[in-house]
This record gives sequence, structure tokens and C-alpha cells, in this order.
Amino acid sequence: MSHAVDASPSSIDLTKIRFVLATDCGSTTTKAILIEKVGDSWRQTQRAEAPTTVEDPFADVTIGVSNAITEIGELAGRRFIADDGTIIRRRDHNDVDGCDLYISTSSAGGGLQMVVAGVVAQMTAASAKRAALGAGAIVMDTIAANDKRRPHERIQRIRELRPDMVLISGGTDGGNVQQVVQIAEQIAPAKPRPRFGGEYELPLIFAGNRDAAPQVRAIFGARGEKGFDLSVVDNLRPTLEYENLGPARDKIHDVFLEHVMAHAPGYDRLMAWSDAPIMPTPGAVGDILQRIAARDGLNAVCVDIGGATTDVFSVFDGTFNRTVSANLGMSYSISNVCAEAGMDNVLRWVHIDMDEHELRNRVKNKMIRPTTIPQSAEALIFEQAVAREALRLAYVQHKEFATTLKGVQQQRTVGDLFAQQSSGQSIVDDMRLDLLVASGGVLSHAPKMEQTAAMLVDSFEPQGFTQLAKDSIFMMPHLGVLASVHASAAMEVFERDCLVRLGWCVAAKGEGKWGKPCFRYRVSSASTRGEIASGTLACGDVALVRVGHDDEVEVVVEPERAFDLGAGAGKPVTRRVKGGTVGILFDARGRPLLLPDDAAARRAAVTRWKKVWETA
Amino acid sequence: MAKAYTPGLKVSMRTTYRARRLLPVRGEVLVKVGQIVSARDTVARTFIDGDIVPLPLAALLSVPAADVAELLLVKLGDAITVGQVIARSKGIFGFGKKEVASSAAGTVESVSTSTGQLIVRGAPIAVETKAYVAGRVIEIMEHEGAVIEVDAALIQGIFGVGGETMGTICVAVDAATVVLDAAHIKPTMKGAVVIGGARVTAAAVKAAQTAGVAALIAGGIDDSDLHAILGYDLGVAITGTEKIGITIVITEGFGDIAMAARTFALLQSFAGREASVNGATQIRAGVMRPEIVIARIASDAVPPQGARPEEGALEIGTQVRLIRDPYFGRLGIVAALPNEPAVLESGSKARVLEVTFDDGQRAVVPRANIELIES
Repeated sequence: MSHAVDASPSSIDLTKIRFVLATDCGSTTTKAILIEKVGDSWRQTQRAEAPTTVEDPFADVTIGVSNAITEIGELAGRRFIADDGTIIRRRDHNDVDGCDLYISTSSAGGGLQMVVAGVVAQMTAASAKRAALGAGAIVMDTIAANDKRRPHERIQRIRELRPDMVLISGGTDGGNVQQVVQIAEQIAPAKPRPRFGGEYELPLIFAGNRDAAPQVRAIFGARGEKGFDLSVVDNLRPTLEYENLGPARDKIHDVFLEHVMAHAPGYDRLMAWSDAPIMPTPGAVGDILQRIAARDGLNAVCVDIGGATTDVFSVFDGTFNRTVSANLGMSYSISNVCAEAGMDNVLRWVHIDMDEHELRNRVKNKMIRPTTIPQSAEALIFEQAVAREALRLAYVQHKEFATTLKGVQQQRTVGDLFAQQSSGQSIVDDMRLDLLVASGGVLSHAPKMEQTAAMLVDSFEPQGFTQLAKDSIFMMPHLGVLASVHASAAMEVFERDCLVRLGWCVAAKGEGKWGKPCFRYRVSSASTRGEIASGTLACGDVALVRVGHDDEVEVVVEPERAFDLGAGAGKPVTRRVKGGTVGILFDARGRPLLLPDDAAARRAAVTRWKKVWETA
Repeated sequence: MAKAYTPGLKVSMRTTYRARRLLPVRGEVLVKVGQIVSARDTVARTFIDGDIVPLPLAALLSVPAADVAELLLVKLGDAITVGQVIARSKGIFGFGKKEVASSAAGTVESVSTSTGQLIVRGAPIAVETKAYVAGRVIEIMEHEGAVIEVDAALIQGIFGVGGETMGTICVAVDAATVVLDAAHIKPTMKGAVVIGGARVTAAAVKAAQTAGVAALIAGGIDDSDLHAILGYDLGVAITGTEKIGITIVITEGFGDIAMAARTFALLQSFAGREASVNGATQIRAGVMRPEIVIARIASDAVPPQGARPEEGALEIGTQVRLIRDPYFGRLGIVAALPNEPAVLESGSKARVLEVTFDDGQRAVVPRANIELIES
């Protein structure tokens, strides 16, 4: 006998839990997993997915959740969904159907969509845009007094866009009040309708001239008064010479998580079903990464590439950073990846003939029907080429945001605007990176582990010794939220079933003429000292040595004078490492990784590298 | 029986369509509840401040900014016309006087003593909201607008560009499989909603723009043609404000793809009738698809009654459209829904279904790569 019940973390008796259902409601797909206690161990046993159903005709996220869990039930031979569509709970250990715990993460909503406004397009409006982008938003439009539109055109545009949130900046502290108030006066009558409608009050963040705040408050009214929910934070451009994006970015994150996501269709039901507070997907991934980095004393980077966005997380010397590249993704945003990177950059990773005209149509078809998956081998090759560019661009953005001098890091001078450079040094140091974790559909679901490793190495260009891993079936979000309820179960499943250690990338930093010597390597058994493999790599070459999961080996690398493998230019390095599913890749292609300009030479090189990955 | 769910686009012979028509700023609502309106009727109107034109009088008169005020020949609030002399310098001993004629019409709004700039405010600009669809006013939002309801045929496209427009439906091709090219566009199509069959070419769009066609509806479009039409590569599918003088709605997708026969037949059956078209598309959660709305009249055919399939349900026998290569655009019937995931040619494992095409050929495709054809 089983039935549906409500539960809360405080009422959960962890000793009685045997079946845990966890879902992650992504912008494109809802992923469900079943975690079971098998003997004394916690194991992830089943997984299934279904299209996320926040769009019409369903407009209810829980339908996608039910569909995914129904699939889990079919695969597990156990009923989890009752006839009324709710999740079945076990009442005692004899129940043949149902689960003991249901938890979920969500990024349903397709990313954060914002309108930003400022007085001058090139100054305060540009700062507002940077703040929104840094917070992970898609900037739908930038409103400015000098944007060459008539006021009513701006107003009409704001109304049509249906943003999740509006950020208003303008004026330096103590400066002109009138202009920023005028902008507010144009936004207020527009009454932008939020995407999720209903009783939702549109969140507005004012981060402009502090002297204008009282008038801006009067224009938008108090909560429940005029349909707006206004927050006032520090001016993001307090003086012309300084940009202070932190408070606005933090507030954007807060409002998105607490306000916008909670209005995704069906989210209220999902919250009622869940036994723990629903965590935003990136938050859950970040939590689990920080746990690993802290436990093992690592510098780690994790990437989660989704349909609309790509999240990059890093922990360096204990400092956590996260960026969301809002328009870099593999479905909703795939066309933007191709536009931003350029089709030539995408196709440089393709080793077979492809019709560019046809590819462009396919990219657009994926954009307008985001839930499709590659069926042919050719489609997969192309999709993985796009993924390399999306990852590369997202990592560049992450490095630009994760900078030193916390609190001062976002400050830019007027001069920096022209130099197009971020102030502060990036704390992401590729040579000091210990662990690179791949997550998200195109990486987690790649048919071969080698494909995941190749995508990671080509796009992140790690230097020195870097361990590569992947989230086997995109489980990190689920385990991040499980850790908030049952930490030991989460870490156990993480080690056994989630994190697949692919192996290592040993890559030389430096540039050299292709064909000239780069470094020598020797791999020997840590126990017997017997040599497993050795060789000399010329610039432009790679070699893959298969070393199993549990095999500990000693790796000795001796670079030429122009190259650095972690100990300095020309200095040898000796490390003991354990292998992985793929093995150890020795990469002498140089850093930065530059592909030949000549198309034939480039295709030959890509074919050669692919062969190494496939046949070693 | 195995069942799955997948969303599809609406192609409906009959539905109750409601259009919420609002002014961007408060104004006057011109209709009443119960009133019958045509698509082109104005339902609400307001006036907003006219454009501002700054005139640098100090520079034009070659005098210090502080002197400008005393050289003005007009006062604040005065109405002025283009060419009207509005300021005159004193010259030296009465010689070398300079005059400034206004380059803008409007009223004098302000004169700055610090910049020497005179601001002319243009005439108020009328902002009107049209009904968009022919129907009956069912609700008034005071000072804001109205809701219009209409018994209509509704066709959702997959993607569009350009905003709201309306016109008479004119079918330009004989069949849903015919590519819509420039030769199909005639001068008589001015102001019409032109229905194509398969792909619409850039040349056809250009010809339609020249002919003053209101909207083009077609099965597909090449991305390279879209790029040529827009002048840029579309990164994210958020459209509707393109100023290209025409609205384009694509019903199936990108590439050489025929319009679904049912959609074509439905549009064909309304030839000569007025249609409201909106190309605005937002493909994210809370999705917005482009649409074609045609108000029905009493003599229009009534959709067959009977048991309707559960919305979104996918079962054996369901008609589906394949939406990904290598079968992109093909139509078929679901023949099997195996439970077990299968390995695809790409090497990926996914849940699949078996589909029988119109020519009897069968194929196994990922469930994610099909779309229901809704009735």
C-alpha cells in the first residue's frame, strides 16, 4: 500500500530511506534519476528524461517531471507515479511501489531574460548590460536616452519583450537626476508583462544615481501598488571613472532565484512535491564542486553546458566563482554560438566534408526546435564541433570575470573601456588547474568517453597535468541537492556512479614550429617500475597512453626549452597519477592551441588527432 | 499501450481567439464592450510628447551662450515653423547681423544659458492601437485598451520575423510543395497575405517588399536567405521588431521543406479572406510563436466532431512530423513505441519510436526528433 504524502527535511528519517527520486528540470530536458540502497551501498540505478514542459500547451513543469519519472518506473519495474499524476510515496518497507524521498533542481525558464536601461548607451547603459551579462542574463534590449528611438518606440519595445526583470541605471552619484528619472518614467507606463504572467510583479532593480532613488521609488510604487517589485542597490557607475557591478549582479541573482524561477509554470506544485527546497541547477552543481575541491584540496573547474546557457564554475585556492554565459548553449542558443564564434571556427574541428549551407539550416532548425538530438554520425560530429566553440567562449568569459582583488575586481576606469580589458588578473590559472569536470548533455551524453575528453582538452586547453572527469549522466545537480538532505548518500553515489575519471591531460605551454621537438614522456608502473610507454612528441602531435582506473603510474616529462609542463620552461616534471577510462593524453600542440590556417593541413591535423583518440 | 508526450504547433480550423490590445501609455479607449470591430479599427489612442530638436543658437549666432536669451525673437511656449527666423544677433554698429531660421517646427521648450541651446518640441505624436483581429470587444481596460474575441481559424508558425499586419489571403502557388519565388509575386498582391508552399526565396521576399505585400507565409526558408533579408545572422530567436517592411511566417522550419498539407489546405480554404498575421517569435520558456488568425463566418466549414486525441499524447497510429535530419520534414505514422532505449547511428543511446512514412518506408528515430501534428 502506498500513497502520496507531503514531507519536509526535518521529518525525514534517513535510516528508512531506500528509494530516492531526483529530477533536474532543465530548460530543454527534465532529467530523472533513481538512487537506491543496494545492500549497504547507495547506487544510482536508473535514469530517464523527458522534454521539459514549461511551454504551451502544457505550461506546467510537473508534467515533464511525471513523464521522466514514469520512464524511470518503466525501466525499474516499479510504479512511481499515481493515476492522478503525483509521486507515490512508500508508507512502509513492504510497499512495492513508490519512493521515500523526492528532490529536485530546476533551471526551467530558459535562462534569465532582462531588459537593461541607462541614460547614455555607451556609459551607464553599457555598465548595466555588463552587470546583467555577468549575472547570467540574456539582455533582450538596452534602453538608453540616446538610443535613437522615440520614447513611445522604447515603451512599445519594453512591452513586447516580456522580460523577467529590468535593471535601470543612469547618472553618477550626485549628478543629474532628471535624465534617469525620465527613463524610469518611460518604463513605468510600459508595464512590461513578465513571461510567466499571473499575479507576478515585475522585479525592477535600480542601480543608478542614488539621489534619484526617491523619485524612482515614487514612480514604481511600493510592492502590490503598481505591479512592480523595486529593489534599490548601489549605483553601478558611482562616478564616471568607476564601475561597481557587484551589488547589481548579486541582486539580479537573488531576484532570479527567489522570484523569477518560482513563477515558472507548475513550479508551485513541484515545490509541494519536493521533500527539500528546490535548488537552482547551477547552485547545486556549485555546491557539489566545492565539496570535492575542499575535501581533496584541489583547484577545480566544472562546466555545465546546457541548451540555453553554459555555466562555468571554478574553485581556485578555495575561492569559488561562477559565470553563466547566457547565449552559449546547444539548443536555444546554438545559432548564437555559431554567430559569435563564426562558422569557420566551428568547422575547423570537423574532419569530413559538410555542406555549410545545409549546416546553417540545421543550426536554425535546432534553435527553433530545441529538444531534438543528433541521430546521424555526421550530426554528432557537427554538434561536438559547436560544443567546442561554446565551451571555449564560455571559458574565456569566465576567466574575464573570475579576477583577483575581490570587491575591486569589477572596477574599470574609463581608459579600460577603450582598452577592452578587465581590470585585475584572472584567478583561473590553467597551469594550476588540477581537475576539470565536464557536465551537461553534449559532454555527459557523448557516446564515447574519448569524445568528452577531446572536447574538454580542445576547448579549455589545460596546461601541465590536469585530471579530466565527467559527470556520467549529468547527475551533479541531483547530488548537489541530495547532499543538502543526505550528504553521505550523495558523496557515495558521487564517487561510485557520478564522477567518471577520464584520465589526464599532460600539455606543454608554449609555442613552436610544428614538427620540431616539444617534449619527451615516459610512463612506468608505480609498483614494478616497468616502462609502459615512452616517446618524443613533436609540436602539433598528441599521444594517448591507456592507463586504467586503478593503475597508478609514474609519469616523467622533459620539455624543450621553450615549453613548460608545470615546473618552468625546459624543466622536467615527475608525477604519480592514477589512470582513467580514457588514459593519459600527452598534448604537444602548444598553448595557446593554434590550428593551421591552411584548410587541408588543418583537416589533416584534426583527422590525425581524432585517430589518436580512437585507436590508442 | 505505451504513450509519450510531445508538444506541437496549433493548426486549428476553429478556436476562440482573444487579443489583448493595450496602449503603451495611458490614453483613451475608443470602443465599448459588445462592439464589433474590424482588424484595422483603432481601439485606443493617446498622444505622447513630440520629438525634441536642439538648436545650437550660440554657435549659429557666434555669441556667448549667456547672450542667446536676449537675442531671441520668440518666447518659451511659442509655436514656430520651419524657416521662421527665431534669433538675430546685434552685429557690430548694426552691421554683420546674423539670423537663425528654425530647422524644426514645434514649440519653444527651453533655452539654456549654459550651453546656448534652444530646444524645440515637435507636435504631439499620436499612438494608436489597432484591433488586430476582427471580432467583438469583450472587455475594456480603462485608459489602456480592450480585449477582442473572435471565432477564428488559427495557424501557428514555427518561426517568423516582422510584427503585426493584416491583409487578404492570396495563395500564390498551386501546391504545398512549390517553392515560392519572385515570379509568383504580382503587383496585385499589394497589401495581401501571400501564401507560398515550400521554401520562400530571398528573391521572393525582395519582390514582395517591392510589391508592398503585407505578409508572406511559407513552409521553409534558407538561413542564408534570412541573413540576406535581415542583414545580420540571427543568434537567438527573439523576433518581431524587424523593420523590413513585411512580415514573414515560416510554418515548418529552415531549408527546403513543404508546408504541411493540412496547413496549406486550411489557408487555401480561406483564400480571399482577411487574415491577421504576427511574425513575433520568442523561443524560450513562455514561448511565443508567430500566428495567422482568420475570423470565421457562419458559412465556414465546421471541424468534424468526435473523440479528439488527448492533447500531446503520442500513441501508435499518431501522425507525426520528423523535425531533425536525416528525415527532417517527413511525415509519418507511429508504428511502434519500444520501451528500451536504442543505440543510434551517432552512437548515442536514446528512447526511440518506429515510424512508417507515406511511401511505406519505416525508420527508427529518437522520440525527441518528432513533433505531433495537432488536429
